[in-house]
Amino acid sequence: MSQSYKIKSFCHIEDNKLSLNGQVLYADGSDTFTEFIKAAYKSENTKYSKFFKMDSLSKLAFLAADVLLKNENYTTDEEQDIAIVFSNKSSSLNTDKKHQSTIEDESNYFPSPAVFVYTLPNICIGEISIKYKLNSENSFFIFDRFNALHLKTYSDILLSKNKAKEVLCGWVDFEDEKDYKAFLYLVSSEGDIDNNEHKINKLYNI
Amino acid sequence: MSKVHVSYNNIVSALGFSTDEVVKNIAAGQSGLKVIDDKKIFQAPFCGALVDTEKLQMAFDELSPIYQYTRLEQMMITSLSDVIKASGIKLNDRVGLIISSTKGNIDVFEKNNYFDNHRAYLSKLGNQINAFFNFKNEAIVVSNACVSGILAVSIAKRYIEHGVYDHVFITSGDIVSKFTLSGFHSFQALSKAPCKPYDANRIGINIGEVAASALVTNSEAHLSEDAVTILGDGSSNDANHISGPSRTGEGLYRSMKSAFKEAGISSSEIDYISAHGTATLFNDEMEAIAFNRMGLSTVPLNSLKGYFGHTLGASGLLETIVGMQSLKNQTVYKSAGFETLGVTQPLNIIEKTEEKPLQIFLKTASGFGGCNTAVIFKKSK
Repeated sequence: MSQSYKIKSFCHIEDNKLSLNGQVLYADGSDTFTEFIKAAYKSENTKYSKFFKMDSLSKLAFLAADVLLKNENYTTDEEQDIAIVFSNKSSSLNTDKKHQSTIEDESNYFPSPAVFVYTLPNICIGEISIKYKLNSENSFFIFDRFNALHLKTYSDILLSKNKAKEVLCGWVDFEDEKDYKAFLYLVSSEGDIDNNEHKINKLYNI
Repeated sequence: MSKVHVSYNNIVSALGFSTDEVVKNIAAGQSGLKVIDDKKIFQAPFCGALVDTEKLQMAFDELSPIYQYTRLEQMMITSLSDVIKASGIKLNDRVGLIISSTKGNIDVFEKNNYFDNHRAYLSKLGNQINAFFNFKNEAIVVSNACVSGILAVSIAKRYIEHGVYDHVFITSGDIVSKFTLSGFHSFQALSKAPCKPYDANRIGINIGEVAASALVTNSEAHLSEDAVTILGDGSSNDANHISGPSRTGEGLYRSMKSAFKEAGISSSEIDYISAHGTATLFNDEMEAIAFNRMGLSTVPLNSLKGYFGHTLGASGLLETIVGMQSLKNQTVYKSAGFETLGVTQPLNIIEKTEEKPLQIFLKTASGFGGCNTAVIFKKSK
């Protein structure tokens, strides 16, 4: 029987609302994700200029991860072995469409490396790894819908095989300005919530 | 814990539609790369390796498809079908399916494409493959830049070790599209001639398309002649830059350390390295640094990008399969395009295809987002 792991903390960003462990940290009535995420970032006082260069998926994942990791008092001074396992439905399609729009018309052709680099979903994992200096295991999975069992299984595997001490995992999906969701949580050997499919689904739907 | 193996496999590529055919071409020094000057494919001439469309259609039609499938789906289904048949495994609930791709059906966004834009969702690609063969478990789609193909092998092994599955079929693929070509073109990274990994006169990358498939299994009864046992695997992020590799090779070094630790072997036991070798200055240099830090500078090494171009999400699995064939044939294959060492650290680049005793090989890959994966394989038979 393998050891059972716990959920230490969790974070949601959806419907113009940022919350940590179920407590709302910031909410507003912004019309778009772009406005909202900028305001939420400012309210968190993060001060990380690279944030403004990121695409929407990376901004969403980055802010959720930053809120979680900051809450655990993780700093970059000490090396952390936190794996990152993310999943979503729409991959990087929102940015893919942006890149596509720059190449559709040969008379108005202007593809940009700054956009193209974000046409991979795992770039947001890179952004978080850079900020927190995480030289850890990482993987991005795509599913039709939130797949709690897969996240539980894969985080159990990483922890039980000593491939990581903790796992930052969850769902970060950016379909468009109105349809986005981040639900990230930290799996560890300590914590109050069991890392099982039922609990993960319950937290996802909070 | 029972061992996990990579077994039956297939490659659908510019160099052929079966692993045997492809490896015979590599042994003969054939490259799939050529200059393509066709405005329908890309506005500027480029050097790449494309799957022959007519040949693909013919191979796919033999499977009697009922519905319409995209180019990538046709490649993947054709490739995977060969592996499922060869393995003789029944697709029950102990059998998993992993799909790796960076961009999937991204060509559906092109104006004249027959398919609906929804087909661009990677989970839809997963569903198509799943439904064609009637797998009992939902496809797990991995999209982790250019390590996707080798990461899929690592994930399959981990799922089997964890007792979730006995067998996992992997299919990995990416197509050459305007989308991808224009992006790398905007980076000024595309070479107009066949690429030259690790060479002093390197000129950038080529993009190619491939679908590669393999069976990963814990069953000794389902081993192909070229089967290998997975000794260890690891991944690590550079935590340095989203589109440029680490100057110290940190992530690649750590991913290899993780794989070696699990394998319980030392670097002196590696007989061959199937490296990433995209033929960009920064990538090749980063790899040279990491391999030297790991004490691997004298191990015969090649990049297969000079045969297939960079096949993105397929490359890791494609190159693993060629590595398996290297062990089976006791032959190291020439690193195409290499003449003069163009990195600051010593590397033993394979300059000539020749027979050599080979038991254990290391496969590595690195990609955008700072990701790196390393897996160590040993000849099973």
